[in-house]
Amino acid sequence: MNIDAIRDGIVIDHITAGRGMRVYELLHLDELDCSVAIIKNVSSRKMGRKDIIKVDADIPLDLNVIGFVDPGATVNVIRHGERAEKLTMDMPEQLCNVIFCKNPRCITTTEQELDHVFRLTDREHKVYRCLYCETKAELS
Amino acid sequence: MRSIIDIVDLSEEELRMLMAVALDIIDRPNAYEESCRHRKLATMFFEPSTRTRLSFEAAMYELGGNVISVSSSDSSSAAKGESVADTVRTVSCYADIIAMRHPKEGAALVAANSATVPVINAGDGGHNHPTQTLADLFTIFREKGRMENLTIGLCGDLKFGRTVHSLINAMSRYKGVKFVLISPEELKVPSYVKKDVIQKNTIPYVQTTDLLSYMSELDVLYMTRVQRERFFNEEDYLRLKDSYILTPQKLRGAKPTLSILHPLPRVNEISVAVDADPRACYFKQVENGKYMRMALILKLLKEAGTI
Repeated sequence: MNIDAIRDGIVIDHITAGRGMRVYELLHLDELDCSVAIIKNVSSRKMGRKDIIKVDADIPLDLNVIGFVDPGATVNVIRHGERAEKLTMDMPEQLCNVIFCKNPRCITTTEQELDHVFRLTDREHKVYRCLYCETKAELS
Repeated sequence: MRSIIDIVDLSEEELRMLMAVALDIIDRPNAYEESCRHRKLATMFFEPSTRTRLSFEAAMYELGGNVISVSSSDSSSAAKGESVADTVRTVSCYADIIAMRHPKEGAALVAANSATVPVINAGDGGHNHPTQTLADLFTIFREKGRMENLTIGLCGDLKFGRTVHSLINAMSRYKGVKFVLISPEELKVPSYVKKDVIQKNTIPYVQTTDLLSYMSELDVLYMTRVQRERFFNEEDYLRLKDSYILTPQKLRGAKPTLSILHPLPRVNEISVAVDADPRACYFKQVENGKYMRMALILKLLKEAGTI
């Protein structure tokens, strides 16, 4: 399989195998006009298998989303064919409009244009709760 | 702008101060009768309520203030589809403080975020009801003379009962507290309350389906109603509503110093015959709630620089 090297863009590396599509969806990469490659099940010495996403444009990314889906992933910013930055992720303290509250009794179900905000309440067990009703987020 | 959405918004020291003010109001009511003169409380109740709304209104009147009111969502702009945020922002222009009840969980936080005056959560669905907890805590304090070293039984709907969650949260801060959680399997305390509050604070607790098994150990018995409005399914409600009914016979093995609390309204979970028992405190609890609401209104208006 042949995927061209990126000159100016972003490579999201070390994504846990199987989570690449989730990262792709939550970052809304389907809305981009540039080339985007999702490479699944790449052999990795460190991880066994991993997913990689290559974006052929230097776009602003919501790093919180990646930290939420896969805190072990890395983001490499490529400029002029060289790696200009390497960013490691961490679980964000707060997520805004990344996941949505499924509690039918929550105010977010009726209030117009209210942001769906989730806060990290248990880092060890990766528990996020709705800011408004405190319902635990269902993570997929 | 300081609002009270959850009982944990108030520190232990603030709770102590509120109780001290409430006791002073009881001792010297005349000293407070002009405290909120020319100030207005807006009571916005988008869900049926009698005692909480009247308690807030009585509290404000006894402080010398005035009340403006929205008594149901049908009679407000909410019926036209206006958002909570917009409604509250509008009401902020008319009132100095707002007490709001709403059927949706988290509505009070939305209100507090958009109001320009303090908001007191008077119940947001099955989520929080901090002023009920103030009434509960003050009743425990007045009856027991302490908040520490108490075995507290909570009985009935421990799943949807917002007052139960708030009371567990508030009492978890005090030393020597033990909980006995009495409920049918389907209405047990949610795991996050157990995990994030009880277990996190290493508080001893037992869970049981039997009201009588721990009766003799209890210092406080907090009874709750199985609430029809929290169920999506009428069959489940009918099956569970009569799970626990407290009668004089069931109290035979209880301590003579037991205090029986209930957030009210009751349906049939405490037999009327129990009312004559000196251990029944639920009507005192109603009165205590008014004093704590007075203390809270005073505190928030002072902090806002309104009085």
